Amino acid sequence: MQVLESGKGELIQPYDLEAFREWNRTKSRQLVDKRMTEEEAVSRFVFDGCYIGTELYGTVRCPVSLVREVIRQGKRNLRVCGQGVYELDLWLAAGLVKKLDVTYIGLEVYGTSASLRRAVESGQVETCVEWSNGAISWRMKAAAMGVPFIPVRSMLGTDTFAYSAAQVVEDPFTGLKVCLLPALILDVGLIHVHRADRYGNAQIEGISGFAFEMARASKRLILSAEEIVPTDEIRKYPDRTIIPYYLVDAVVHAPFGSHPGEMAYLYGRDEPALREWIEASKTAEGAQAYLNKYIHAVKNHREYLDLIGQERLTQLVAERERRA
Amino acid sequence: MSDRLYTKTELMICVAARLFHDGTTAFIGTGIPMLAAMLATKTTAPNLVPVFEFGGMGAILEHLPRAVGEARTFHKGLSASGICDTMETAARGFIDYGFLGGAQIDGYGNLNSTTIGDHDHPKARLPGSGGGNDVGSLCWMTVAIMQHDKRRFVPKVDFITTPGYLTGPGAREAAGLPRNSGPINVVSTLALMDYDRDTCRMRITATHPGVTVEDVIANTGFELIIPEHVGVNEPPSVEELRLLREEIDPERFYI
Repeated sequence: MQVLESGKGELIQPYDLEAFREWNRTKSRQLVDKRMTEEEAVSRFVFDGCYIGTELYGTVRCPVSLVREVIRQGKRNLRVCGQGVYELDLWLAAGLVKKLDVTYIGLEVYGTSASLRRAVESGQVETCVEWSNGAISWRMKAAAMGVPFIPVRSMLGTDTFAYSAAQVVEDPFTGLKVCLLPALILDVGLIHVHRADRYGNAQIEGISGFAFEMARASKRLILSAEEIVPTDEIRKYPDRTIIPYYLVDAVVHAPFGSHPGEMAYLYGRDEPALREWIEASKTAEGAQAYLNKYIHAVKNHREYLDLIGQERLTQLVAERERRA
Repeated sequence: MSDRLYTKTELMICVAARLFHDGTTAFIGTGIPMLAAMLATKTTAPNLVPVFEFGGMGAILEHLPRAVGEARTFHKGLSASGICDTMETAARGFIDYGFLGGAQIDGYGNLNSTTIGDHDHPKARLPGSGGGNDVGSLCWMTVAIMQHDKRRFVPKVDFITTPGYLTGPGAREAAGLPRNSGPINVVSTLALMDYDRDTCRMRITATHPGVTVEDVIANTGFELIIPEHVGVNEPPSVEELRLLREEIDPERFYI
């Protein structure tokens, strides 16, 4: 198969499928209780320099209590893949990110991210390798399939390709050009779900984003869950389990774990709280003050929720999208 | 614009909304495309199937989504899957339209949402492709919705994030992109544009009320094709404005 074009971006997390298989071979198949706090999960499974991803993103079903704990523990030199809104903004503002496989980092309705601009334009983030949202998810899908790469028809002909680490080859069956995306095996994945049992069997309501793929592409997987349910509940609806227990290393009970983002059918997004970040993050000093107030000055997720206040949380529950 | 009965943004949304065909599938990006899609479903395209990248398909758009993964993107939806599924659906040829925005566009409809200036030492780091590149690569027809000025309508985009016609006729196919796909329209704050079939260059179709062809040319950084007959877009109707202001964006996120 002839390589016709190569993206000039760095492959910042090269894959090793044999090592991935060996790693997975050693993961326990036992049904053991994996419940622990954010503090324990992050200190055991997230390490300086690791390649890490979060799912879904910033304002939607996002593992924000874990994201905050990573900052609290000051994990450094992170290599991150992202579509990110609020959560990657926090990591960027905290100066934890060294390299990015970037697909989208912005603030959606509120425009571009000042934190991303500061971190990239100052050179604090050493490299930005470009991908599309589809591409980054398909890279995880390739890892989930246990194959080295996946052929797709995105990214072709563009600078998004030129600054990626993808390759264009001639399809050996038809002779047409196709883009090959390298498998992405994450050191650590963080995913927030609606419910999980103590072993890590997990279910999501509504869209599943790229949780299915990321869970299967991650060597270490930390779940945060709105609710911890008995395994009997999982067994009643096994068709809803998109993350089976053996993929999971830690299960963290995190009610309102996506705050200030939303959780489908449970609570709405906290618009004033998001706006507070948008305003604060316009300057480095403002961002730092925000991190101090909402992360460093509170010990854990429980204290964070106390700071937000029960009244506000109750209001967000009332504002949720309801099922038809 | 002489009268102040509606804003440029409201007009742009209305002109974009009228491009949606009933009974088709359309990928909807963040921002103005969401308002246009919502207006379309309440007026001329009640059976439009909106597709949002993180998995929402066929939602009834009762409240304006502020994010492409929000529960509003699958509210009373036909299906709620994931991003691989929506992008693969486009790759298989099931998504008719893609509605996109960007910071810069060139005469071939290539879009930039990645960097201003050199990629590795940018003057401004923008969000990146998001789903834009996939939508512009894989949908049959794409429509860009843009503010119209010379900083945005440029001879050459600083970075091709999302493919338009790339370097011209045949370039998409030569790059390996799906056959017979590509940009069909641009809706701006000044005019509606399409692309000349033979050259793949942007062409004025109709100006907005109160805007002259000269205004459009003066605000465009590349040579536009000016056909003999240039139409004038209908201003927003009373009903369109009512829907936009009272039902679609009452919180005034965009309008």
